[in-house]
Amino acid sequence: MATLIILIVVALFLAAILTGGYNEQYLDRVKQNWLWDWITTVDHKKIGILYLIGGGLFFAIAGLESLLIRIQLMFPNNKFILGDVFNQLLTMHGTTMIFLVALPVLFGLMNVIVPLQIGARDVAFPFLNSLGFWLYFAGGLLLNISWIFGGAPDAGWTSYATLALNDFSPGPGVNYYVLGLQIAGIGTLISGINFLVTIINMRAPGMTYLRLPLFTWTTFVTSALILFAFPPLTAGLFMMMFDRLFETNFFATNGGGNATVWQHIFWIFGHPEVYILVLPAFGVFSDVISTFSKKRLFGYHSMVFAVVLIGFLGFMVWVHHMFTVGLGPIANTIFAVATMAIAVPTGIKVFNWLFTMLGGRIRFTTAMLFATGFIVAFVMGGVTGVMLAVVPADLQFHDTYFVVAHFHYVIIGGVVLGFFSGFYYWWPKIFGTFLDEKWGKWHFWLFYLGFHLTFFPQHFLGLFGMPRRVFTYEAGYGLELNNLLSTLGTFLMTAGVFCLVFNVLRTVIKGQQAPGDPWDGRTLEWSISSPPPEYNFAQVPQIRGLDAWWLEKQEGNDRMPPAEPLGPIHMPSPNYLPFVMTLGFFISGLGFVFHSIEVGFLGLAVVIVTLYVRSFEEDHGYHLHPKELEEGVNGS
Amino acid sequence: MGGKSGLRHWFVWLTLILVSAGCTNPSMSVLDPAGPVGREQLKLIYLSTGIMTLVVLVVAVLYIYIVIRYRERPGQEGEIPEQVEGNKKLEVLWTVVPIILLVILAVPTIATTFNINEKPDPAESIRVNVIGYQYWWGFEYPEFGVNTANEVHIPTGKKIEFILRAHDVIHAFWVPSLGGKEDLNPERNTRLVLQADKPGIYEGKCAELCGAAHALMNFRVIAHPPEEFNEWIASQKSPDSTPQSDRGREGQRLVGQNCIGCHAVENAGYPVQGSTGPTLNAFSKRTRIAGVIDNNRENLTTWMVDPQGVKPGNRMPAFDHLTEEQIDAIVQYLLELK
Repeated sequence: MATLIILIVVALFLAAILTGGYNEQYLDRVKQNWLWDWITTVDHKKIGILYLIGGGLFFAIAGLESLLIRIQLMFPNNKFILGDVFNQLLTMHGTTMIFLVALPVLFGLMNVIVPLQIGARDVAFPFLNSLGFWLYFAGGLLLNISWIFGGAPDAGWTSYATLALNDFSPGPGVNYYVLGLQIAGIGTLISGINFLVTIINMRAPGMTYLRLPLFTWTTFVTSALILFAFPPLTAGLFMMMFDRLFETNFFATNGGGNATVWQHIFWIFGHPEVYILVLPAFGVFSDVISTFSKKRLFGYHSMVFAVVLIGFLGFMVWVHHMFTVGLGPIANTIFAVATMAIAVPTGIKVFNWLFTMLGGRIRFTTAMLFATGFIVAFVMGGVTGVMLAVVPADLQFHDTYFVVAHFHYVIIGGVVLGFFSGFYYWWPKIFGTFLDEKWGKWHFWLFYLGFHLTFFPQHFLGLFGMPRRVFTYEAGYGLELNNLLSTLGTFLMTAGVFCLVFNVLRTVIKGQQAPGDPWDGRTLEWSISSPPPEYNFAQVPQIRGLDAWWLEKQEGNDRMPPAEPLGPIHMPSPNYLPFVMTLGFFISGLGFVFHSIEVGFLGLAVVIVTLYVRSFEEDHGYHLHPKELEEGVNGS
Repeated sequence: MGGKSGLRHWFVWLTLILVSAGCTNPSMSVLDPAGPVGREQLKLIYLSTGIMTLVVLVVAVLYIYIVIRYRERPGQEGEIPEQVEGNKKLEVLWTVVPIILLVILAVPTIATTFNINEKPDPAESIRVNVIGYQYWWGFEYPEFGVNTANEVHIPTGKKIEFILRAHDVIHAFWVPSLGGKEDLNPERNTRLVLQADKPGIYEGKCAELCGAAHALMNFRVIAHPPEEFNEWIASQKSPDSTPQSDRGREGQRLVGQNCIGCHAVENAGYPVQGSTGPTLNAFSKRTRIAGVIDNNRENLTTWMVDPQGVKPGNRMPAFDHLTEEQIDAIVQYLLELK
């Protein structure tokens, strides 16, 4: 408690110093500060950028962790990082990459692009959008300060009981995992609900479900998956939190609990999570490939059908992570067949992408390089996925480097390449400048070759008998060369990422100005200026078909037909409450991590007070008037 | 581990060269099975790899053709290609063909899954109880009343029914060259049936993250011809724990004072036999210490003085409060346990 008060005082002093000292105009000065602007923003485009920055920060941390892991495994019997510290690295690498990088950066793209693609002026719940981001960021921060205070979690990103319980993981490590993910998870759930409602309710006139661009479709299905997958995780994390903090026995076997139940709960969330990550990437590729092939998406209807089917089947297959648990041959084979079934809609998508390019005019921009590179990488990750569904074979593959290779092929080959593709594709729309193509291509080739060099040899490591999550291996079993190659590949990937960082810095300093429609795009976001005005569309557009903007351009129009007369536009006011509420959650989380129940409840009290204040808030936003808009009608 | 660094350097390079020539130590590879279970599983690995390679090839050929054939050439910038909606026949084709391929894969998958899970006839199999501890393996032969640790001896040509259970956290029992793995749970038993065709030493590993020393939670399956196995069982039934030298007798006394709280030694006249650590019965016949280093005098001394240096995270404290002579006496006694 004392520590907390000291921290608060220090924070207040720091804030006063940074904003120029306290006097009567203090609050005004704080409100004019650029930081205040970003903290209180409810603009979906700015929140999207915040997600990109947050995801980028955690990507750097988790990337560094993976480098350290690979350096330790470069040679047999290496003594660089051993035992617990190695386990902390692998746990934090996995947890950070999955929860704090992959999904948030995609959320970043979704936040900016989805409202633009459906012709909406905003998301359905701007306040919740801001809250969702801050909760994600606070959860991530809480997880990562574990490195400094008390030790990082070390029970793997799956945090299996009983290893993750007090008896075998004493210290606050796993508490950080439980509470950090809980807080970040609430943020994710809120954002998922927000996207769901936005896409259902805020489509422009004429934008029927079967005219939605694929990126919006995949965001829609992803959000539905979030809605159903995150509550099991929340429940599981609560049970584990109670086992650790209040000595309950949900999973503690020495108190009559059942450790296998945690695995079920975790994977009922964890398997759909894979599709939550990869479906938006599918959406990016669909948009990018059709744009840079100058063709409409081949088999649009079957693409939509495949996305929905993958989303549905994603919930039916969690036991394939548990073939070795001993659930018996009946359970195992049922889930094996269900898992194999997912290959069918996935295959449909791959062939549709290929046939979209067939007969097109393919332009190999950096975004398109990432998209086409993805097809090869992802097919390889997909087929090894089917191999893992073959139960008897999986008994050999399970928990080996073969699995490590498989899921990195899916997550990097699918999600990360997908994000990079979307990043280069939409950067001009988001920031109004171009990323440099030459540096982009260096980024692609270094990263892509490094990726294959890192993970292809790992298939063989698994077959030669190397389990995953080991900090060492012996010489003489054929593991040396492949491990060395794998580590060298990691360096190449790192070099690729440095090219990206350099590219971004270079563009921020002196980027070339981008027009509204730099790629000859097909979807609505390209019909307005880059970057889009605060209100997106001065007049909500009328949608007349699939690829609405392409349709208008083909008919010789240089703007979307408006669906409404020019009038005042309602905008939500900036709000500091999401940040304050998040602060409450953060304090509460920190309190519970250290078994300080008073601080835990103090934080929750802050949350409740904020909820109360919010309930009686009478700010209905403001209106932008047509006169102010005339300058920027439809952005041109 | 151990040895001079120059020598080790050469060894690393020699192995690298051997690996690139395709020679690997066969005792840990999935691709070189030494028993029927591993062979069945390898068949399925090959079948699935075959089908999947076919899929990758089809996609790759199509992909390379399309990417080369349809890239925008100079002068084509303004051209608009035909906007194709789709093709019902093609879309049905790439829905049906994968389904057929998956059925071809699913049928043997289901058959083999049930086959390898069958409970063997008790008359024709041997049962071994495996208990997983952080970070070692306990083995019991209930039919023979024999206990051992970190090394499990089996007869060739006979089905071994391993009944698996964890003492603390979840572990996984994996002998790559004999067959796939199975978890050891703390709350219930699981079963894994394996068989070795020919005598040999097969490396085993813990495959489920179980804590700091997970990476070094190794064990060995040592397969003997049936007669040799019977001899081994006989010798284990009454292990010879009497010291043969004066130094050994001193060691026996020190083991009683220092080790027996965690370890057990039968026929040594001790009333208390601990089970926190592996049993030390017939220790001299083990090929490795703690599953990690070769069993010899030098390594055993190192292990006693600095167990954390050899196997970071394991539960054995360093016995560096003993004098060099005392350590040596303990080592002498352990190496006399037959």
